[in-house]
Amino acid sequence: MASKSLKLCRALCNNTQHGRNIFLALSASRASQRIQRRLFSNDPQPDLVDPPSTSPSEKPQSHDTRRNEGGAGRRPFSSSLNDVELAKFSAIAETWWDPVGPFKPLHAMNPTRVSFIRSALCRHFRKDPSSAKPFEGLRIVDVGCGGGILSEPLARMGATVVGIDAVEKNTKIARLHAELDPVTSSIEYCCTTAEKLVEEQRKFDAVIALEVIEHVADPAEFCKSLAALTDTNGATVISTINRSMRSYATAIVAAEYLLHWLPRGTHQWSSFLTPEELVLILQRASISVQEIAGFVYNPLTGRWALSDDLSVNFIAFGTKNMNSQ
Amino acid sequence: MYRTTVRKIASNYNTLRVPKRTLSNDASAGISSTNSAKFNSALLACSTFQEDEKLGMRNMIGQYDIAIVGGGMVGIAFACALSSMPLTKQLKVAIIDSNPALGRRDCIEKTDLPDPRVSTVTPATISFFKDVGAWDYVQQNRHAFFDKMQVWDYTGLGYTRYNARDVGKEILGCVVENKVLHASLLSCLQKSDFHKTIYPSRLTSMALQSHSKEVESKLPGAKLCDHGSFVKLDLSNGDSLFAKLVVGADGAKSYVRELAGLKTTGWNYSQNAIICTVEHNVENQCAWQRFLPTGPIALLPIGDRFSNIVWTMSPKESSERKTMNEDDFVKAVNHALDYGYGPHPQSSSVSNYGDRLSWLIADMTSSSKECFEVPPKVVKIASERMVFPLSLLHSNDYASNRVVLIGDAAHTVHPLAGQGVNLGFGDATVLSKVISDGISIGSDIGEISLLRKFEAERKPANIMMMALLDGFQKAYTVDFGPLNVLRAAAFHAAQFITPLKKNIISYATGEQKWPLFS
Ligand SMILES: Cc1cc2nc3c(=O)[nH]c(=O)nc-3n(C[C@H](O)[C@H](O)[C@H](O)COP(=O)(O)OP(=O)(O)OC[C@H]3O[C@@H](n4cnc5c(N)ncnc54)[C@H](O)[C@@H]3O)c2cc1C
Ligand SMILES: C[S@@+](CC[C@H](N)C(=O)[O-])C[C@H]1O[C@@H](n2cnc3c(N)ncnc32)[C@H](O)[C@@H]1O
Repeated sequence: MASKSLKLCRALCNNTQHGRNIFLALSASRASQRIQRRLFSNDPQPDLVDPPSTSPSEKPQSHDTRRNEGGAGRRPFSSSLNDVELAKFSAIAETWWDPVGPFKPLHAMNPTRVSFIRSALCRHFRKDPSSAKPFEGLRIVDVGCGGGILSEPLARMGATVVGIDAVEKNTKIARLHAELDPVTSSIEYCCTTAEKLVEEQRKFDAVIALEVIEHVADPAEFCKSLAALTDTNGATVISTINRSMRSYATAIVAAEYLLHWLPRGTHQWSSFLTPEELVLILQRASISVQEIAGFVYNPLTGRWALSDDLSVNFIAFGTKNMNSQ
Repeated sequence: MYRTTVRKIASNYNTLRVPKRTLSNDASAGISSTNSAKFNSALLACSTFQEDEKLGMRNMIGQYDIAIVGGGMVGIAFACALSSMPLTKQLKVAIIDSNPALGRRDCIEKTDLPDPRVSTVTPATISFFKDVGAWDYVQQNRHAFFDKMQVWDYTGLGYTRYNARDVGKEILGCVVENKVLHASLLSCLQKSDFHKTIYPSRLTSMALQSHSKEVESKLPGAKLCDHGSFVKLDLSNGDSLFAKLVVGADGAKSYVRELAGLKTTGWNYSQNAIICTVEHNVENQCAWQRFLPTGPIALLPIGDRFSNIVWTMSPKESSERKTMNEDDFVKAVNHALDYGYGPHPQSSSVSNYGDRLSWLIADMTSSSKECFEVPPKVVKIASERMVFPLSLLHSNDYASNRVVLIGDAAHTVHPLAGQGVNLGFGDATVLSKVISDGISIGSDIGEISLLRKFEAERKPANIMMMALLDGFQKAYTVDFGPLNVLRAAAFHAAQFITPLKKNIISYATGEQKWPLFS
């Protein structure tokens, strides 16, 4: 199995300019065994995922308990929901558009991640990058849209956008804010989950979930839902935080404790995915990752830039395999 | 801070919620009485707007992406820049200015005498004009390229000759009348299919339209009030319009700047400049500047046998020289550009300083061997003499929510180096690029974070140029013995040290942002 996943990554290396990093990260983490255990359960039932005790560095007990409370039985189509995580977002929902509030990092990162999405989608859908509205004609769903920080630029770029979030307060704020501008008032915001949309058999040209997967209960299942929402030949984009020492230092110690950018406890380091883990669970959901880029923060300019360094924040663009559904 | 106060007002006086607020930043907390009067009138303007909305009249008022207040050289240049880029040319733009020149298609006769208001455009400005397609028009009119520049001072201790060859360039700059620059930009704007509307009127008030009232009622505590998405502008002819972004290009006395509560730093030099056009018997092809005890006098070629004079002096002297008869003025000019106040710089003193500074000298440039020259004689005055005070003004911030300043509205420098408008064209170029980048990633173009990128790029460059000009001003208006020697040393250093000279030239030609740190 381990050699198989290596092969997969080598294949990816040929596809992408950033492949080198995936490969390096994989060999450096020597984590393939653990990946198998943690994520390679084909079973959709979250409570059948291996208990975290099998790997000492894995999720703390409390996390697991929460998941059981969430109860797969109680919410058969909402396996991705993690109640404790959602409560955190609900508590600070009013501050989505406060540029110096808890979501400041997302605002600061937005230009960088949108330009990644722009170039990836323009290339994939053969759209004219010199157009002011290159996404015209594309149906895009923003899964875990929060206050709409990503949905609004996508709408301005011409896309028909559906923004969904599991927290109702978020979609309310998002709708109010979008109504301020006639161009964004067409965004359809809905308090629902990816799984529910799958159930409703909705399909999109592009499915985007930025900074969400680290907050969901079952990343593998979540990816399957994203894949199911992606139309044939469509695209999936995911961004998240790496599970590395650097990400622990920057995302948790610095952002939550020192800089107070984020309320303490926003992130559960152990539930972060490494780039290779994300590539593998997407592969299992029949999405081939075509491109991965990292984000680096420049404390002098206060801006983010795309880079080859995937050790903290990274974004992946994948396409749906032709032969699936 | 401001937001919290607004919120408090809103919750304490439920019936008196402030639905809209005038544009202002935190710095304007110390509102003066005139400001608060404006605040009130703006609020009144807003409530009438609500009435309009109720009556369903909103559609009758124009809605624009950008409103440019001020259609001077910089405002029109900005509109041209927008019309020339793929991502910005689809924007809906309003230009507000009562200047009648905006309405007519001005035909400039080449036989007209040159206007005394001229600008020295730098290569960076020329390439901007070429990019937007306005340079052809300039070339059809009077303009004068120069590839040499001589700067010297009255003490006879030093001189510097700059040559375009030193930096591998064909030219150092080009002198063009302001009316030619303005007309060429206008004609290029008129030719494009850009969606622009010209309002021949003046701005009288503006107010940020905020939805805090609605939002407060639907979702208490939500912080959206900074994000009203339109500014309402009222004009002197009774028209109103809405814009997502207001660009203040309304010159040194910017009303947009005042309404937005943007504070300025500045001072007057208790010095005036006289400007006028003069005629020679031969064509002048060099830019000349001599530092006199009272301030600098500059002689710029303007094409044919004409030159432009910018002469700085005390207010008293300037009123005398403005009214003295033409022959006396011509004599005074020739005196000031030749033996007046002191001798020509001696070649012996050049080598003397050259030796003393030898430890600093890098490879010699060809122009360091060039001899001192005397500028061509003036034979006649060819325009009225205009006098204006020298001042320096800089806006502490260039941007507030949905408002941004460019050109003289953001920074006014004295015309010593003819740089004023180049800085403004630099602003226009950078702002249009920042907006284009913003559009490419779906940003709201009035968002302060986007406008701050423009500010971050332009402020250091503008401040640097202003500091440079201010330094020149200070160094050449005080007549201290020792300072004269230092000044001469600086001239010689500039004359001989090639890298430094290259830096000065590339900065003066607008190609370098950080002369001191690169
Ligand atoms: C007498 C004089 C001589 C100069 N000589 C030189 C020189 O030799 N070399 C040089 O480089 N620079 C010179 N300058 C400076 C140079 O003219 C400016 O740097 C340049 O004009 C700035 O352009 P601008 O478009 O920013 O502002 P301006 O040219 O001042 O244009 C501002 C425009 O805004 C309009 N406006 C103002 N208020 C309102 C309102 N409320 N509503 C609507 N419209 C409004 C005005 O009608 C005007 O058209 C001189 C300036 C003056 C005053
Ligand atoms: C860090 S925010 C990211 C918001 C937005 N995507 C952005 O990047 O600007 C994560 C969001 O995901 C939402 N979320 C978490 N779990 C979810 C799930 N299972 N389904 C849908 N949304 C979820 C949260 O409510 C929160 O708004």
